[in-house]
Amino acid sequence: MRGRAVLALVALAVLLVPLVAPAYHVLLMLPFMAYAVVLLGLNLLFGSAGLVSFGHALFIGVGAYTGAVLTTHTPVRSLEVILLAAALLGVVAAALVGALCVRYVKIYFGMLTLAFGMVFYTFLLKFYRLTGGDEGMRVLRPSLLGQSLDAMPKTEYLAGPYYYYSFAVLVVAACVMWRIVHSPFGLCLRTIRDNPAKAEALGLGVTRYRWYAFVISGAYAAVGGALLGPPTGNVDPTLAYWTQSGNIVFMTLLGGFASFFGPVLGAFVFIFLQDTVMSVVTYWRLIFGAILAVIVIFAPGGLMGLFARARPAEVSRA
Amino acid sequence: MILEARELTKFYGDFCALAGVSLAVDEGECVSIIGPNGAGKSTLINVLTGALRPTSGSVRFKERDVHGIGPVALVRLGMARSFQLVHIFPDLTVLETLQAAVISRLGRGTRLFAALANDRAVREGALEVAELFGLADKRYTLARHLPQGDKKLLDVASAFALRPEIILLDEPTSGISTADKASIMETLVTASRRIGLRAIILVEHDMDIVFGYSDRIIALHQGKVLADAPPARIKADRQVVDTVIGRRRGDVAPC
Repeated sequence: MRGRAVLALVALAVLLVPLVAPAYHVLLMLPFMAYAVVLLGLNLLFGSAGLVSFGHALFIGVGAYTGAVLTTHTPVRSLEVILLAAALLGVVAAALVGALCVRYVKIYFGMLTLAFGMVFYTFLLKFYRLTGGDEGMRVLRPSLLGQSLDAMPKTEYLAGPYYYYSFAVLVVAACVMWRIVHSPFGLCLRTIRDNPAKAEALGLGVTRYRWYAFVISGAYAAVGGALLGPPTGNVDPTLAYWTQSGNIVFMTLLGGFASFFGPVLGAFVFIFLQDTVMSVVTYWRLIFGAILAVIVIFAPGGLMGLFARARPAEVSRA
Repeated sequence: MILEARELTKFYGDFCALAGVSLAVDEGECVSIIGPNGAGKSTLINVLTGALRPTSGSVRFKERDVHGIGPVALVRLGMARSFQLVHIFPDLTVLETLQAAVISRLGRGTRLFAALANDRAVREGALEVAELFGLADKRYTLARHLPQGDKKLLDVASAFALRPEIILLDEPTSGISTADKASIMETLVTASRRIGLRAIILVEHDMDIVFGYSDRIIALHQGKVLADAPPARIKADRQVVDTVIGRRRGDVAPC
């Protein structure tokens, strides 16, 4: 009950941000919401299935470039179509990559995802004609719900319609993921995370379930990636670079992978903290590295873990 | 005949764990497998339940060759097992553990968008087994917080929640105080009747339990079947008593 009230307040605050906050901060909310979608998917793999991927920037790249290719090479400008296409391509890419990766666990799984991520990054960098190489590609302003908003000034577009559109996508993505996590499938993933041998003895096909989780997380990462392009109007291979994969794992740990909304909080803190730190010192990675070390050692449950410790643990009564 | 194994051998490198084991389990039987440590009992269970591939030989379950089909497919066919070393899901509650088993039995694991909390069949199926095993009061307890005996019980209960036709119990009372062993066995027998189990294979070190509950005993020694007979004849078999039972414990003297 208290959780719901907090959630409603947060949603209200997010709705009010464009009305009260300076444009600069409103625009910072856009990558936050895009990454939040990515992390909801990543955490199905991380939190529920217990698999840490170091290659999910690949799927962010797939989604981001889907938007770029569609808006620049085809007449498609509708964001709905872009998101749908990104999700589909994310599913296809994750189905192929995942089919190999989920046969391995722990560090082998992580390294294999990292390897695929590097292959894709190099592809983006070297296939100049399709991807624009290291310069990347332009993303033309997409239309929202059939409304072409090309006449609107850029900041007004991003801080207005695009902002609310991104938020709507995030809300839908969160609702769908909530259902998945609390479904029979979600419980099966947790059995596999806790004890794969026992899960098999109960007749649950471990590899198959891991693969489903991988594919769903790939689709989420692609949708989030597609949302990242329009705010900057540009995509480039750094979106798919392995440090990007590291960043999203960092965000997940920062917020707390054991909690449904932990990674979302992690994305928020990461984006705004990075912005603050970067404006003060250029060595933001130094600060972030130190923060990560502190979290892993002193607060393995992340920020959400700290909140949870402040009040008595609630046992889920599903 | 429900389960039949023929000439099973299993090598770990040069070490021969099973050297041509044949056995058969009939409808309604409780068969115990006994033998000193290293006799091949756990290997045999692992081969029978598809967790290990035998080096040679065949396993037939309900007239089907199940050699190498793996544990998931065997569960589908109606075979379940529990483990010698406790296998639980540490961060799942008792209820969730049993729900997972019922989900598997009902084939609902791929229901991505259904609400688990509203799935009455799954919940009731899980609660029924929890009652049967006396775990209903602890249904919201995380498995890792359970006392050792209850962890063991939960491992077995989740296998029963699959409603198998045959169950293989690998030392269900190991690590449990002698006083509690009998009550666990009573629980198992009651539960077996309730879910209509067709056969039980039991690996057990406690000879009181073995002789008290088995219809037949298979004694393994150095990867071979030393004897395969009803309890009374096993007790009278000097060779078995000397190599398998006598060494283990002095309390089961031959009659």
